[in-house]
Order: sequence, then C-alpha cells, then structure tokens
Amino acid sequence: MEALQIAPQTAVGERPSVVNDFSIVAATANGTGSQTANLAILRALFKMGIPVNGKNIFPSNIQGLPTWYHIRVSHEGYVARRHTSEVLIAFNAATVNEDIRILPPGGICIYNEDWRSLPQRDDIVTYGIPVNQFVRDSGFKGKQKDYITNMVYVGAVAQLLEIPLQKIEEALEYLFNGRRKLIDSNMGVVKAAFEWVAANIEKRDPYRVAEMNATEGQIMITGNEAGALGSVYGGATFVAWYPITPSTSFVDALNDYLPKLRRDPETGERTYAVVQSEDELAAIGMILGAGWAGARSLTATSGPGISLMAEFTGLGYFAEIPAVIWDVQRVGPSTGLPTRTGQGDVLSTYYLGHGDTKNVILLPATVRECFDFGTTSFNLAEQLQTPVFVLSDLDLGMNNWMSEPFEFPTEPINRGKVLTAQDVQEKGFARYLDIDGDGVGYRTLPGNEHPLGAWFARGTGHNEKAVYSERSEDWVNNMARLQRKFDTARQLVPAPVVDVVPEAKVGIIAYGTTKFAVDEARDRLAANGLPTSFLRVRALPVNDSVKEFVAQHDRVYVVELNRDGQMHNILQTEMPELAARLHSLAYLDGMPLTARWVVEAIMAQEGK
Amino acid sequence: MDSRRTVNVNLVGLSKADYNGSASTLCQGCGHNSIASQIIQVAYDLSIKPQEIIKLSGIGCSSKSPAYFLGQSHGFNSLHGRMPSIATGALMANHTLKAIGVSGDGDTASIGMGQFKHMMRRNVRMVYIVENNGVYGLTKGQFSATADEGQELKYAGSNELPPIDICMEAIMAGCGFVARSFSGDAKQVRELLKAALSHRGTAVLDIISPCVTFNNLDSSTKSYGYGKDHEEQLHDIGWVAPQEEIMIDDYEPGEMKVVEMHDGSHIQLRKLDQDYDPTDKMGALHRLLWAQEKQEFITGLIYYDGHRQNLAESSHLPAAGLASVPAEQLRPSAASLQEIMAGLL
Repeated sequence: MEALQIAPQTAVGERPSVVNDFSIVAATANGTGSQTANLAILRALFKMGIPVNGKNIFPSNIQGLPTWYHIRVSHEGYVARRHTSEVLIAFNAATVNEDIRILPPGGICIYNEDWRSLPQRDDIVTYGIPVNQFVRDSGFKGKQKDYITNMVYVGAVAQLLEIPLQKIEEALEYLFNGRRKLIDSNMGVVKAAFEWVAANIEKRDPYRVAEMNATEGQIMITGNEAGALGSVYGGATFVAWYPITPSTSFVDALNDYLPKLRRDPETGERTYAVVQSEDELAAIGMILGAGWAGARSLTATSGPGISLMAEFTGLGYFAEIPAVIWDVQRVGPSTGLPTRTGQGDVLSTYYLGHGDTKNVILLPATVRECFDFGTTSFNLAEQLQTPVFVLSDLDLGMNNWMSEPFEFPTEPINRGKVLTAQDVQEKGFARYLDIDGDGVGYRTLPGNEHPLGAWFARGTGHNEKAVYSERSEDWVNNMARLQRKFDTARQLVPAPVVDVVPEAKVGIIAYGTTKFAVDEARDRLAANGLPTSFLRVRALPVNDSVKEFVAQHDRVYVVELNRDGQMHNILQTEMPELAARLHSLAYLDGMPLTARWVVEAIMAQEGK
Repeated sequence: MDSRRTVNVNLVGLSKADYNGSASTLCQGCGHNSIASQIIQVAYDLSIKPQEIIKLSGIGCSSKSPAYFLGQSHGFNSLHGRMPSIATGALMANHTLKAIGVSGDGDTASIGMGQFKHMMRRNVRMVYIVENNGVYGLTKGQFSATADEGQELKYAGSNELPPIDICMEAIMAGCGFVARSFSGDAKQVRELLKAALSHRGTAVLDIISPCVTFNNLDSSTKSYGYGKDHEEQLHDIGWVAPQEEIMIDDYEPGEMKVVEMHDGSHIQLRKLDQDYDPTDKMGALHRLLWAQEKQEFITGLIYYDGHRQNLAESSHLPAAGLASVPAEQLRPSAASLQEIMAGLL
C-alpha cells in the first residue's frame, strides 16, 4: 500500500521539509517528572495553532519503569495514534536500543551523548546532547536533577523543530500555574539547551513545525476532567468511589471542581458529598443507597471494579434505582494491562448482573461528549430509574484532547417520575405499576410524608406494589415490563452519529475513541478508491437507525479495541436478520488504534 | 378513623397499629419476631413518625424482618452483607432520616464484615441490630462466624474455630455505642433501642436471638436455655426522653450512672456490676474477653462514646439534605463554565 505510506522515505541529507505532519515520542523513565516536559511541548505546539494530540504510554509503576509519550502533530487535524514516530527523544537508557530499532528510516533520535554506545543505524539521524553538563550547570541537586534533565530535551526539541521559545515559556506558565520561580528555573535549562543546539548541531533532518491557525479558541482537557466537570453541571450530589487506574483522575477532578462550584463560600455548606469507600462493592452500594434516597449519585471505576459491582448492578436494575457508573476502560482480563487502553468491558457491562439483567450504556468518544454525558447520564438514570454506565477508556480519560469549549448544557436537569406526598394523596401509589406504558413506574423518596407513600426496595421477586412475591405471573409481568423499559431506553439514549456516503457499499461501525482512527482511515480509503459510510454508536441499547444503516450497506465492519468483537456480537444479536452483513474487525494490543490498522484490515477484507 | 372509638395514640397522633408491618414468615418462636415487636413499640413510644425512618437489611432470616415492622416506612432489603453501604449512601442523600438496620451474624460477621467495620469507622448515624444466633438458617444450619468453639450442630458437626465477637469488633472499629442484649429480654432490648436512636453515630446492638429450628440446644450460648441461665446484666438500663426530668433520687447514689446523650436524653445505668464503666474502652474490651473466656454473656450498654462526629456532620451537608437540593442549585452558572473554559484555552 504505497499510497498509504506515512513516513517519507527520505535518505539522510535530503530534506524536503516535513512540516506539521509527524509524531514525536519521548522515551523516559516513570516518575522522573517527564510529564511536565512532555506537556510543555504538547501545549507549545497547541498554542502555535497546530492540531496535536498527546498520548501517555505508561507503566503500572510509581518510579523507574519505562514510559513513552507520543505527540502527534497533524496539519490535517488527525489525532489518532500513528503507528510510528519519526522523532525520538531517547532519554531512557533502559529502552534506548529498542526505541532506536523501531525508529522508521529517515527518523531522528535525540539522545544523551553521555551514554557510551548507541545502536548503529545509518538510515536515521542522531543528535547527541551533553545532558549531564546542562544538569551540572543548572546547579540543581538530588531529585530535581531528573526534572531538569527533561527540560534539556524540551530545549533541544524546540530548537530542532523550530518551536519558538516564547511558546515553551507560555506553556510552562500554564503548567506551573504562574509560579515564577519554577518557570524561570526550568526556562533557564530550556534556553541553555536551545542555544547549545543552535551553536553546536547542524540540523540534518526534514522535520519541523510551523505556526497555523487551527486551534484558535480551542481548549485542551482530558476526558476524565471533562466527564467530572460535566457531572458537576449535570447535578451530581453524591460520589462514592475506590481508587483505580485509569479512573482515579476522574474523581480527582470532581474533588477539584466541586468545592469551587458547589460550596457556599460563606457558610461552607456543600451541595455534594464525596466518600472514598473501602472497595468497589461499597462504592456502588453507596451510590445505589443515595440514588434510592434521592441523590444524583455516581461512581467512577475500571474493569476490575466493574466485576465487583456485578451483584449490586443486578439489584439496581431489578429494584430500579438510579445511579451512574463511569467505567474508564483498561485492558483485561484480570489485572491485565492496568495502564493501557481498550474497549473490553462492553459486553460484560451490557449484561452485568446475573439472571436477565441488561444495562443502559453511554459511549463517549470525545471530551465534549464526556462533558455532555455528565448531564445525559444522570437524566437517563433518573428517567429510566436504573443504573446507567458510561464507558470511556484510558486513552480518552487520561490523555489531553483538543476541543471546542464546552457549551453550557441545554438539557434541563430531569429528575424523572418522583411523586410528592401531595401526588400520592391525589393519584395513589404503586411503585412498579406501568401507568404510562413506557415500562417506567413512579417512585417516592424516603421521607415522603404520606402514610401510603412508602415502598420496600428489594432484590427479591415482587409485584407492582413492591411486595414480595414468588408468583410466576408476577415474575413474568415484571420482567416483561423491564424489557418494555429497556425499549423505552432505545429512544431516549443519544442517537448514533451517522455519515452515509451515497455511493458507498461498505459501512463502518465504531464507538468511543476508535472514532479517530476510523475518521482518518476513511479519508485514506476514499483516496484509495474505497468510499465508506460511518456510524458511530453512542449508546446501548441501539435504536433502529443502526439497523437501517446496516441494511443500507453490503458489508459493515465493526471496528473495536478488544479480541472478541464485543459490539459486533451485540449488534448481531440485535439484528439477526442482518447478522451476515456485520463483520468484526477487533484488535487489542493495549495501544490506541491506528488508522493504518483500520485501513489494512478493511483492504484485506475487501480483497484489495 | 372512627371518632367514637377510643384508640390510644402517641404524641404524633398515631396508634400502635400504624407501626405494624406485614405478618412475619419466620419460624414460630424465632427471637427475631420479638425484636421486631420491640422496634414497633419503641417507635410508637418515642412518637417517631414512620415516614422519618428508613429500615434496611442485608440477606438472611434477620434481614427479612424489616418487612414485619413499620409498614409505613421506606425500606431497603439489599444484598448479603452490603446493607452498610446502602445505608451510608441513603443517609448521605438524606441525613434527616433515622435509620434502623437489621442484620444477622452471617450477614455481619462473615460476608459483611468489611462493610460493617467501615460503616462504624465512618460513624454513619444508624441503629445497626445484629440478630445473632450463630447459625445460617435459610440455608439450613451451617455454622456462622459467631458460633462457639466446640459447638455441635445437627448437620454441620462440630465447630473448630473461635467465634468472632461482634461487640469487640465494633469497639475496635471506633463505634461509640456498643450494646448486647437477649431477644427474650424485651425490656432491655427496648431501653437499648431508645438510647441507640438518640445516639448520633453508629449504634450497634448485638442481640442474641436464638434460632428455634437450627440452634437451640441448651449447650449453645445462643439458645434460649443458655441465654436465660447465663445472662449477666452489666446494669439495669433505663432511657429517659430529653423532656423528662431525671429522677436520680430514685436510685441509691453510687449504684447508678447517668450517661447524657447528645440530644439531651439520658441513659440511666443502675449498676449490677460495681466496677463497670461503659465509657472505659479498655475496660469494656477486658470485660468482653473475660466473658468470652467464661462463656458468659454480658448484656447492657458495653461501650459508649458520644464525642465523634458522624459522617454527615463532617460532610457539611445542607440542612434539608442533598436529596432536597432544588434542581436550580445543582447546576452552577453559565458564567462559571465560561470561566473554566477560559482557563483551559
């Protein structure tokens, strides 16, 4: 697939410039403060108006294990991971051999020249930097030396790629929150390296950046921060959680935003509470207890936590208690790859709970959707009186993404069908009676003052009045009503985003962050003579528009980040009559999906 | 209500029947039914509206019993061993409610030990009753973790493991109201329940409640026969409502201890055991260990400390509770979002 070649095959010495279209990877050791250096580069590029995306590929470790930070710059605005990075910042002696081995021909390597030997390759450009000298000259001691080491590569990269120092300084001002002393000391090292490279290194590679105007007015934020912020504006009142990567920063963000936005500065009174529970079983128990008593409650977790929440999810589904569970997916089974991204919880979460349990799931792909689903998730949970899951992933949750600024929610806060004492007096009350034919009963909250206003929440079989029942008829009626409610959910959840290309015979279905690889892949496929349509599922259960999409195309590829094609599985079950048109393209290696993988997989299937 | 009939009502105008639940489906003679009756009596006596109470449970015989009292209260029969988390969430959403939880020894001391201890550590304001019979009833007669060492059961054989003492666990977890009683001692159960409802944190009542079907051999410390013969009351207990005067003069000085609760009510402990001081943590633990050694069971208020803040208090919640915050106060202003967005540019 020559036309799809991403890295230019340029011999060393030739230099048709490659401007704003390559990837950088910084290889460092975890816990050395390299994150600040990486974010400084990312942010400087962003403020140069160039579309960028940063992805932290990090280990489950506090200190010492290798970590790689990928920055993609793309004048075309692509933000999916690239399969290769042309610019290597080799600052981890432990991984340098492998890092250099996988560098594409024509790539460049910026390394610490104090190291004795580097693997020899004559098809790359290497730039040695006397890192130890800069560190010595900086006057920093101990732990600070590590941090300063990273600022050396910031300066070197800025010089080599032509990032103005001013942009680096602005980035550091942002990252250090205006703390002048920190900014100045770091900038001192950046400048020294910047100037040393200018004076001592002759640039022998084609990669550089140039200012654009493509990020004007945009923000940069992680999905976890966006989801937390959206939940605050969605009216979250109660949060219970247990720390787990990669969802922890979601709650960190809540703990950051809630006191600023929902605490009375005079009385200190709060319209929220956050409890760190003893485990995920308690976390979901607490949010269900709070949901039952009238709070808008949420927890954030990841795969192992979801497994622990299975029994309570069934109770929430069956007793019909609203609650919101954010699952920032990582790679399983078991502990798996706890710091890597995937989409492996779709099937298990859809059916989480024993017996005939089925759950409503939201599938955000962008930080904007994380924000918007903050309101949507609570509204759906209370309208449908059921636990609602939001399946994000590590790539979306923990990495920084560009976005248009979030708009103030237009969706009003909807508390669903809740009866006051007055309502009970006027209309009577039977908890699970399907008055409206949508499968959703009316509920009362504890504290309702009417003598007939109480009901007994239970996981045992019950009749329409929530009274214990083992009668077969009651069981069948109740489960049929729950199914009716699930069908109501199809119409209430966010609709898919559909782009139908009239002449396309091939359709692609994806969800979550694989969107970005698919967006890019579709452009390449189209350029290769294969136009495709695209439907992005944003929630489960799906509605008829997905069926229509599948029916409109000869072959539909379901692209996802797991081994078994979980969404493919669900969609085939939803539309058995169209199952033969659905083809699974599932792959998971712990890394965000690349456009190249999507293109190659579809071309292979299409016999091209 | 027919005005010509005379019906006794309490201070909130309710009759005792207003506090009833549905008919019990537990075995005849089960100690749990007696406890349910005392809960009804106490709620009536204290003139608490059923609507101000939530009743919670886990899974097991004991956990069925909330259906058998306070039919006008909201209830939540949750999962095995997980009632504390449901209660914690519910009381954070609405801390103005009074909560009565009913659990069993399996629900609390085995599957639910973690949540039980963390609830007390957080000092969630609720009355947590353990109907303790040392045996699994619904699954027909397995040992629970509170069963006595060396105890014999028909199907399960002999228990080789030491028992978990729920009161000791409660004290160690920081619980400020730890009491033990016997389901056959209606008066003591009532007085302890009243005091427990006044306590502003977690109040644990470990009530030995014999299983008439699977664990009522006189050799078991959790049988009726054993309870009657070996109950050693630490004190004769009386609870006095805040508005009543305390009649200290009724008792001989030196034989009585008055413990003031945070709401102004008092517990009068008429001493049977001269050295016993329920505010002495070390003493309480020592007494429990001693009793365990002797296979005695001591009853009464074993430990009391009313000083700790409860979870709702330390959370600075709005007076009416989080569940009552109106929608317009839940969503911060558009201007505040704009400001945050500007900071992320």
